[in-house]
Amino acid sequence: MIAYDEILHASLRSLRANKMRSALTALGIIIGVAAVVAMFAIGTGASRSVQDQITSMGSNLLVVRSGSVTTGGARMGFGSSPSLTFADAEAIVKECPAVGKAAPTASGGVQIVYGNSNWSTRAEGTTPPMLDIRNWTIASGRSFNNSEVRSAAKVCILGQTIVDNLFGTEDPIGQVVRVKKIPMVVVGVLGKKGTNAMGQDQDDTLIIPVTTAQKRVFGSRFQGKVSSILVQAADSKSIQAAISQIEALLTERHRIRNPEEKDFTVMNLAELMEAAAESTRTLSFLLAAVASISLLVGGIGIMNIMLVSVTERTREIGIRMAVGARRSDILLQFLTEAIILSLLGGLTGIALGALVSVLIGKFAGWATVISTFSIALAFGFSALVGIFFGYYPASKAAGMDPIEALRYE
Amino acid sequence: MALIELAGIRKVYDLGEVQVEALRGVSLSIGRGEFVSIMGPSGSGKSTLMNIIGCLDVPTEGTYRLDGADVSSLERDELAVIRNRQIGFVFQGFNLLRRTSALENVELPLLYKGVSRHDRRALAASALERVGLKGREHHQPHQLSGGQQQRVAIARALVNQSPLILADEPTGNLDTRTSVEIMEFLTELNRDSGITVVLVTHEPDIALYSRRVVTVRDGLVVSDRHPAEGGATA
Repeated sequence: MIAYDEILHASLRSLRANKMRSALTALGIIIGVAAVVAMFAIGTGASRSVQDQITSMGSNLLVVRSGSVTTGGARMGFGSSPSLTFADAEAIVKECPAVGKAAPTASGGVQIVYGNSNWSTRAEGTTPPMLDIRNWTIASGRSFNNSEVRSAAKVCILGQTIVDNLFGTEDPIGQVVRVKKIPMVVVGVLGKKGTNAMGQDQDDTLIIPVTTAQKRVFGSRFQGKVSSILVQAADSKSIQAAISQIEALLTERHRIRNPEEKDFTVMNLAELMEAAAESTRTLSFLLAAVASISLLVGGIGIMNIMLVSVTERTREIGIRMAVGARRSDILLQFLTEAIILSLLGGLTGIALGALVSVLIGKFAGWATVISTFSIALAFGFSALVGIFFGYYPASKAAGMDPIEALRYE
Repeated sequence: MALIELAGIRKVYDLGEVQVEALRGVSLSIGRGEFVSIMGPSGSGKSTLMNIIGCLDVPTEGTYRLDGADVSSLERDELAVIRNRQIGFVFQGFNLLRRTSALENVELPLLYKGVSRHDRRALAASALERVGLKGREHHQPHQLSGGQQQRVAIARALVNQSPLILADEPTGNLDTRTSVEIMEFLTELNRDSGITVVLVTHEPDIALYSRRVVTVRDGLVVSDRHPAEGGATA
């Protein structure tokens, strides 16, 4: 056996002697590894942004929505008949031990006017706990309080997008805006949240007391009802308990005898979001799997070139054997060449993949996250490819008959 | 004790349906410091004999003792060690590694012997100096003439201090003047350093450099003469 650094030296020299061929062989691995790294970066970025959105929406959420009504045999959609009330929301908090917070929503589209500018947005009538449930912060000013809810006060909290469009750089706190022609005092501004999972701008929102929405803004539509109640379970373990407690409570409050004819639905939002996150994960693994195929093709490329190289260098192998190279010496030399090629290709591919990820993040606006896991995976995979696809040509070289190899023209 | 002792060597090639008997019972003894030519037409079995003497192949039957040790039934890797330590090859086509300097070509046997890089450099450089190629250490084969390439090959055969040089048609690719040079150099090595030289050739005037000529025909040794002494010793 000769020292391994000698084999390394010999392999490097032989790769250097055929620079073009070496580079082309490595190219297959470079592209494969770059694809794996970039696809992982895109996939991880996507699932991380879904996770962020779940966090920004609030945790352990349930939503209670008004059920459908049947009008002459045609079943209308959810909320076609608002059946929930502000009192239901208060009862849920009071009587369901598994519930932490609950807030009703009565919302709809409005036009809002300040000075000579106007803006169309969505107004959400609710109660103060809504801000906590949805992880909304108050950037400046204050939230409205319970007595303002009781008195249907004409106060509102603006989202950043509305502030940007109506006020520019002016401070909106204390100013009066007109919401559907009703003058309201701006008491607070919401902290920025960005877009949600569906691509909606969460900052394009106007928040007003639920009573104000019912009595003053959407008077005819709600008639004392609300469209939905957002509920936050006490903790992640009590979500199921909260669902059954709410269902029992509302069945009783709404005097429903046949459970089939419930006029409300309780949905587990956390579950829905988890499903979205899961499908993103599946998608990112699918992307990585497709990218791995190109790595595999790159590996086959290495084997191809190594086989050609072994045939082309039959004479060299014969000479080495004649002067005393053992089979293991020849095997290691060719195997080392294949591994060096795939590792160099792997490193270059990681750099290229990282570059592509950054460029995609910059120009396509996709969130990309380059994880050490994907880099380690790509690097390990390329080393394995080198060993796996280098072994066959190397053993072919080592198995040559020295006499025939020396005679080879 | 003879350096090379072949007794009843047979070599049969199994070509599937037919079996070709290349050597049909060769017994030959070559002493230390001899300069022997093996002659014979193509197909006579001289290449097979040369491969067996060179430990590139093993006989089907018979025993081969090299320097007293039986090497006729060794494994491939064991033969590789014997070739590395005991035998230096000089081929017709030089058989140097392309795109590799003369020095590194000469170092090759030392590499597989496990000699350190520093010692390899020194030993290879002195072997090149001995064949008159000082100053050409970093030339690659294509930058050297045929005669010079064959000298590099001889340096490679010498570098491990092998007691035996096997030269297979060493002048086949060279012009007459260079052939004379190479043959004179081999003669000098044999005379001054006591290295045993076994030469395979089909050119009678090249065989004249040796002191003993063994002729092979149809797988058998048909004559074994010492031309310089004029008499045949079968």
